[in-house]
Amino acid sequence: MLPIRRREKNVSQNEILKVDHLKKYFPVEKSFIEKMLTRTRHFVRAVDGVSFSVLKGEIFTLAGESGCGKTTTGKLVVRLIPPTGGKIFFDNVEITTLDHEALRMLKRKMQIIFQDPYASFNPRMKIGEAVGHPLEIHNIAKGLEKRKRVLEILERVGITPAEKFLDLYPHQMSGGQRQRAAMARALILQPEFVVADEPVSMIDVSLRTAIIDLMLNLRKDFELTYLFITHDLAIAKYISDRIAIMYLGKIVELGDKETIFSNPLHPYTQALLSAIPVPVPERIRKKTELIGEVPSAVNIPSGCRFRTRCRCARKTCKEKEPELILVSPNHYVACNLTEN
Amino acid sequence: MPTLTQEYACRGIKMQKLKIKKSMLSHLLPGLASLAKRGLAGWLVILGAGLVIAVIVITVLSPVLSPYNPSGLNVGPRLSPPSFQFPFGTDDLGRDMLSRVISGGGIMLQVAILSVIVCVIIGVPLGLFSSYTGGVIDRFISLIMDSVYAFPGLILAIALTVVLGRGVINMAISIAVVYVPSYFRIIRSQVLSIKETPYVEAANAAGAKKRTVLSRYILPNTIPSIAVVATVNFADAILTAAGLTFIGMGVSVEIPDWGWDLTNGRNLLPSGAWWVITFPGLMIILLALGFTLMGEGLSELLNPRLEQ
Amino acid sequence: MERPLMTVDALTVEYWTRKGKIRAVDNLSFSLEKAETLGIVGESGSGKSTLGLSLIDLVPFPGRVTKGNIILKGKEVLKLQKDNLRNLRGKEICYVFQDPMTSLNPVKKIGAHFVELIRTHEPQVTKQEALKRAEKLLRDVGIRSERVSDYPHQLSGGMRQRVMIALAIALKPSVVVADEPTTALDVIVQAKILDLLNALRDAYGMALILITHDLSIVLQRSDRIIVMYAGHMVEYAPSIEIYSNPKHPYTQGLLNSIPNIELANQKLEAISGSPPDLLNLPKGCRFWPRCYCAFERCRREAPPLIKSGTEHFTRCFLYAEGRKT
Repeated sequence: MLPIRRREKNVSQNEILKVDHLKKYFPVEKSFIEKMLTRTRHFVRAVDGVSFSVLKGEIFTLAGESGCGKTTTGKLVVRLIPPTGGKIFFDNVEITTLDHEALRMLKRKMQIIFQDPYASFNPRMKIGEAVGHPLEIHNIAKGLEKRKRVLEILERVGITPAEKFLDLYPHQMSGGQRQRAAMARALILQPEFVVADEPVSMIDVSLRTAIIDLMLNLRKDFELTYLFITHDLAIAKYISDRIAIMYLGKIVELGDKETIFSNPLHPYTQALLSAIPVPVPERIRKKTELIGEVPSAVNIPSGCRFRTRCRCARKTCKEKEPELILVSPNHYVACNLTEN
Repeated sequence: MPTLTQEYACRGIKMQKLKIKKSMLSHLLPGLASLAKRGLAGWLVILGAGLVIAVIVITVLSPVLSPYNPSGLNVGPRLSPPSFQFPFGTDDLGRDMLSRVISGGGIMLQVAILSVIVCVIIGVPLGLFSSYTGGVIDRFISLIMDSVYAFPGLILAIALTVVLGRGVINMAISIAVVYVPSYFRIIRSQVLSIKETPYVEAANAAGAKKRTVLSRYILPNTIPSIAVVATVNFADAILTAAGLTFIGMGVSVEIPDWGWDLTNGRNLLPSGAWWVITFPGLMIILLALGFTLMGEGLSELLNPRLEQ
Repeated sequence: MERPLMTVDALTVEYWTRKGKIRAVDNLSFSLEKAETLGIVGESGSGKSTLGLSLIDLVPFPGRVTKGNIILKGKEVLKLQKDNLRNLRGKEICYVFQDPMTSLNPVKKIGAHFVELIRTHEPQVTKQEALKRAEKLLRDVGIRSERVSDYPHQLSGGMRQRVMIALAIALKPSVVVADEPTTALDVIVQAKILDLLNALRDAYGMALILITHDLSIVLQRSDRIIVMYAGHMVEYAPSIEIYSNPKHPYTQGLLNSIPNIELANQKLEAISGSPPDLLNLPKGCRFWPRCYCAFERCRREAPPLIKSGTEHFTRCFLYAEGRKT
């Protein structure tokens, strides 16, 4: 069990995860000469002050394009990498800085599913071994009992006949089967919270629905909460309860699914939604045009970081960095223009 | 009543124990067949392994196979060229070259095998630990390794043998020291890339301890490269051992040894006796070639190739 | 009736591997009109990339075209000699590769890529002229012309892909084949690139072949669509037909599994089973193990391509003569 710390007062009982001004900066490597000539250190501000909370049992999606920091946020939340700043609360207990042992105990409650179903398995380990390994690591089960649990969880995620798959190596299975095995591995410890990092983006289109449906079923049976990370907003719309749109390390809009899709307020969200291909022939959609390219995360624009691409940018946008503000029930936007 | 899964589980474990015994035998022949199927690379491995095994067998069976006592003086006329009675000729002490060639591989093989074992035992764990830990420790150890690596191998081996003295074990240690950096480098580059893979991340995400990650996730994936380096290392060790013996740093004279015959044969060349140096030299080349072929073939087989 | 720009006739491409012969493309025929956008849709293993590469005879070893013809503007592509083929590539038909990260030479400036391309096909053009054309092409694809003296690593992924497209249209080819042009890109850039391809098609009158696994893109932007499965063409029809009246069960399954953001409360349906193993194809129709309505005949015989409507071809016994559709 996690060591009992003082219960935080500003965290609601229903929130399984709360993240407060979370930051992760990566130092930019400099060449030897540069190190001698310049003093300033540059950082890639991958996650730059992100705050949100996830309610028990919901599917909360972090959506955005590549480089926006969503994957890094996912890894921070399960403490795979240490944060540079900010706080993380899991089940009302602060987990931002935990010692080794406590972290290991935490991993029984929070798990992560990775994007690439092939690379996330040790090519020299049989699937049965790989899926059962967490049980060994945490000394929960060995030998016969471990084998029994592995078979059970494999059946549960739809890998049947489970017996046959125990001795297969990852390269002998298809992408869809591997991702199911990844879920089995994540769930064998019966966690409460699962981060799913782009779980279907590397899987064939015809298999995606099956995996997504599996995730939804498992949520019911295992009482899970998901943090779903994706760049595909169409899938986000299908699976999420609430969505947060990220840009260059910050959340620009957050709300429940219907609100975000029917009434996107932030210009970036509008552009993103208008760019999604709709599978209808000759569909002429009104597109919100964005100027220019995404700035580098080393040189984030001052004030509102989106201003360099926004058609409505004003003078204040250069100076004032907008905060995430509640504009209507369960709808938050970070934009200087909506503050009036 | 045991559940279906429990029954399967029991049966499974019993079957696994049986399987292990069977698999070692039944895998050999199909293993060879599957090697041949892998094309040129497979054939290289088979050919190379064949050469090596042939030499080992000949050396081991030398008491039975050699027609004369290899150290026996004057079993034949001194310095006689290859003839029916002495197919490889005789040296200046009247010893039969054929017998000497058959029996001369012992020292070389011992030195080579010993040095490779020492190299693996030292180089692999060192490489694993250093590169996974990273930081200052890694830089320090890498610096040492690079310095050793920068030395010309044979010269370093000579220097070490001078310090340590003669003998099979000392030769093996000198050669091992020279080649440990090669293992270190290969392991290090492998570990650095494997460290970043998602499956190592997944292991960390599951809460695995550092030594578990190293032993069950990283080490098994470096074994192909270790195998390749080891085979090439064998070839190098043999040549270095021959070199050491050639300049007189080898073992004592009574034991028949190709390296010694090389030295002797070089001195005898001006008098026209080409056979003393040639045949032992050929054997050294063949043995080194066998290992190199194996290494080449293994390297091609074990390196992942892009599939369509 | 004007002759089509390009005709592909009974094309078969096989990979002769040590494990066996793999038919990546099996007896494919279609035609391409001027200024038409053709979408080729399929999953991994369907053979779509191989098909694209075979159009310019660039199928990598151990693959080879074993049967069939490709006729472009009256010339048979596969029968051309080396030099003529080289002239054809780049000038008449151009290929945009999938990965913009590695398709540009990292030690050459962007301008140098254009100069090399233009001067190879039109040696009389001077370096200055070629650079001028390069600058105009960059502007056409929405990149500032100063970028012509940058190196590839100084450009983002989206910009590199646009450079690839600019290179593809530099010699004003009649056909551009784009293999997964937007898979490695974000959705906003993706939309820009696809718009760009369409705009260029309209401006230069070239035909566009879009090869992708993303059915949404293809439905939205092509005139006709080929759906491929395990090397076979399973459906070939105008995109409006595919959308409103998909006939092959695989196409229907694909359509039901794409999330559409304009629909509320969409229920997605999965296609059962897994992608086929090309070394172990099932007997009969290649899709029957995953088909919700496979019957006896499907397991025994492989269905031929059946015409079932104007310009609508399906490889399925459901539409064979004598059956009610």
